[in-house]
Amino acid sequence: MSLDTPPRLTATDEARRQVEICNACRYCEGYCAVFPAITRERAFADGDITQLASLCHNCRGCYYACQYTEPHEFALNLPAALAEVRVESWDRFAWPAGPARLFQTSGVALGGALVVGIALLFWAVSVLQPDSGEGFYAYLSHGLMVAIFAPAFLFPLAVIALGLRCYWAEVGGARIRWGHLQAAMIDAGRLKNLSGGAAGGCNFEKGDRYSQARRHAHQAVFWGFLLCFASTSSGTVLHYVFDLQAPYGPFSLPKLLGVPGGILLTIGAVGLAWLKTKADPALGAPSVWGGEMAFVALLGATGATGLALYAATGTGLVQPLLALHLGTVLAFFLTTPYSKMVHGFYRMAALVRDAQLKG
Amino acid sequence: MTGLDKTLWDVIVVGGGNAGLCAAIEAAETGAKVLILESAPKTYRGGNSRHTRNFRCMHDGPLSVLTGSYGEDEYFDDLIRVTKGKTDEGLARMTIRTSQDCLPWMEAHGVAFQKALSGTLSLSRTNAFFLGGGKALVNAYYNTAVDLGVRVAYDAEVTHISVEAGRFQGLDVTLAGQPTRIEGRALVLASGGFQADLDWLADAWGPAARNFLIRGTPYNRGVVLRDMLDQGADSVGDPTQCHAVAIDGRSPKFDGGIVTRLDCVPFSVVVNNQGERFYDEGEDVWPKRYAIWGRLVAAQPDQVAYCIIDSKSIENFMPSVYPPEQADTLEGLAQKLGISGSKLRDTVDAFNAACQPGTFQPTELDGLSTTGLTPPKTNWARPITEGPYYGYSLRPGVTFTYLGLKVDDRARVFGQAGVMHNIWATGEIMAGSILGEGYLAGFGMTIGTVFGRIAGQEAAAHVA
Repeated sequence: MSLDTPPRLTATDEARRQVEICNACRYCEGYCAVFPAITRERAFADGDITQLASLCHNCRGCYYACQYTEPHEFALNLPAALAEVRVESWDRFAWPAGPARLFQTSGVALGGALVVGIALLFWAVSVLQPDSGEGFYAYLSHGLMVAIFAPAFLFPLAVIALGLRCYWAEVGGARIRWGHLQAAMIDAGRLKNLSGGAAGGCNFEKGDRYSQARRHAHQAVFWGFLLCFASTSSGTVLHYVFDLQAPYGPFSLPKLLGVPGGILLTIGAVGLAWLKTKADPALGAPSVWGGEMAFVALLGATGATGLALYAATGTGLVQPLLALHLGTVLAFFLTTPYSKMVHGFYRMAALVRDAQLKG
Repeated sequence: MTGLDKTLWDVIVVGGGNAGLCAAIEAAETGAKVLILESAPKTYRGGNSRHTRNFRCMHDGPLSVLTGSYGEDEYFDDLIRVTKGKTDEGLARMTIRTSQDCLPWMEAHGVAFQKALSGTLSLSRTNAFFLGGGKALVNAYYNTAVDLGVRVAYDAEVTHISVEAGRFQGLDVTLAGQPTRIEGRALVLASGGFQADLDWLADAWGPAARNFLIRGTPYNRGVVLRDMLDQGADSVGDPTQCHAVAIDGRSPKFDGGIVTRLDCVPFSVVVNNQGERFYDEGEDVWPKRYAIWGRLVAAQPDQVAYCIIDSKSIENFMPSVYPPEQADTLEGLAQKLGISGSKLRDTVDAFNAACQPGTFQPTELDGLSTTGLTPPKTNWARPITEGPYYGYSLRPGVTFTYLGLKVDDRARVFGQAGVMHNIWATGEIMAGSILGEGYLAGFGMTIGTVFGRIAGQEAAAHVA
């Protein structure tokens, strides 16, 4: 390396360089929460950059509106710069860090986790099949299901909680009040930061044209996921509190929540994956494109396999579909702290912090 | 290769900035076959419009993002104040009145507005800000134009307009390096001023102009303007003048845009490279004074000046795109800026001795004035005493030139034999018809939009 080559900036330094230019311009103030947050500061510590990066929803409005994108010498590409900071921060906050690097970047690795999860469940339903049981409990006892999924659910949550604590310390978060949470939940629920403000959409699959497609697809995934989660939770409550065991009928709470949830999740994931193939990878973090795509596919697969399992009720396909669905869910849960899934947690934290800073 | 020369176009628009796009959209909406020739590559399309941020708009009551009302007379008074009367009242009032209809038209053609940006609240009543700035507006108009069937050629530099007996016949254009002749039935000229042609600027202003920075596009070289003037088109505006503001001296030679502005002059002592003060830094609030500082700095040796501030004032102005030079002593700062430390020390000592006690109010005229100092500093005069000290270099940044084509209220261009039958002009190339001196924030976009729409409608009617 020759001596006059300038040292390569870290992701945080590069984002800081760009944010300082943005703070002297401010043309993008109406797109999302990132720019008003920038204007509240004059100097940006590392934690400030982490916060801005986590607040950015990658709507890309600022990139297409920017007069300073390459070949201009300022070479701004803020969506990409902040995406790189996000990816690095998720690595840094994850414990252990190794799997985060692996599953964020490598779609193949995430696919591998899926294969392992499914294989494990196939083994369980064929070798550990109980003597009696109804519905899918005929193939996998309730006790075994809990034995597998309780830790598979709680361990990732604990890892994420640790990560969020690191995040909160790094961005200098204050004590959280209900008002902050409320503001953050409203913004997250509406995906306000993908709305483009007055532009009525973000720039993703159609270059500099605005579109609501990504926001709507993400809404489908988000609400579909929450409905599925609510469905499972309602089943748990019915089981333990009301002593009502699966299988549940079509008009039971788990099905009323789960079926629309599964449909939304599946359709939304297909939409997000398709949109991702149309968008410019250079406006995100190109190194994690594969991992992100695999994650969207995994999310969609949890919805699709769940629906297929329900559709197969009473047929001989229940056993393999049960293994397929539960294996997919297992892979999803276990990789959650290390996959794109963490974006939801850190983004929520960033929205809460932003609500605090807005005062 | 491109096939553009195989078509007889109804309307050819030279220049793909705001003004040309408005003309192209209006013409295409009547069904006309429209071609835009844009001299920049696609990434730099849009001329100076890509650096703009707002549209000054008359309104009788709240309109879109605009609050209150802004009537014709108040708007016209604002224009008279900055132009010192160098305007055409009929054209100016027509432009002002028409601006009110333009804003809804802009929204209907894809432009999104936002409320006034932080730091620009003084404009929230009079100016509607483009969400994302001028490049977002340009993108929206290109999309609208393309959807209407308008053809756009980038890297298309028009070199000559063929005018015979006051009638446009066709034009010569270099398309991707190939000289090409294109024919059309009507022509709209929207190719901007000449501020990016440093030779022309130097001819007009003197050799000092070579040290000016050009805030906007490097593609406004005035080739079409000169070609039209050479063919006897009527001109308007002072050929020797350009609008220049004082900007960060480290800015790019071209295309630095908005971020190169520096708002620290009112809180500074400003010296030239001899270390001497030359003008009252505190004469008025910065939005009313930044324009004259371009000329003031242009008149200094080597067209450069230096803002000196101390730690007390570092947060009183908008953040700068480049960090200031910084040192613990004035002498250290002078060394970093490349001026004489002892001279700077003498100047600052004399200034400090002339400061008076009083209450500093950064957002209003606080009357905190020096006494017995020439030139005085009549507001915000606080001694420069608290290190670390900060310094910025200032240079003139040219925004636009005044010389242009004279037009009437139908955007028609005139020559020796009177009106040209099928040539219209809009945007910076004719703005001198209304803006003879000074500048009013957001008024360039108003002129371009109003005359762009008129030119497009007139050209389309001509070929219908």
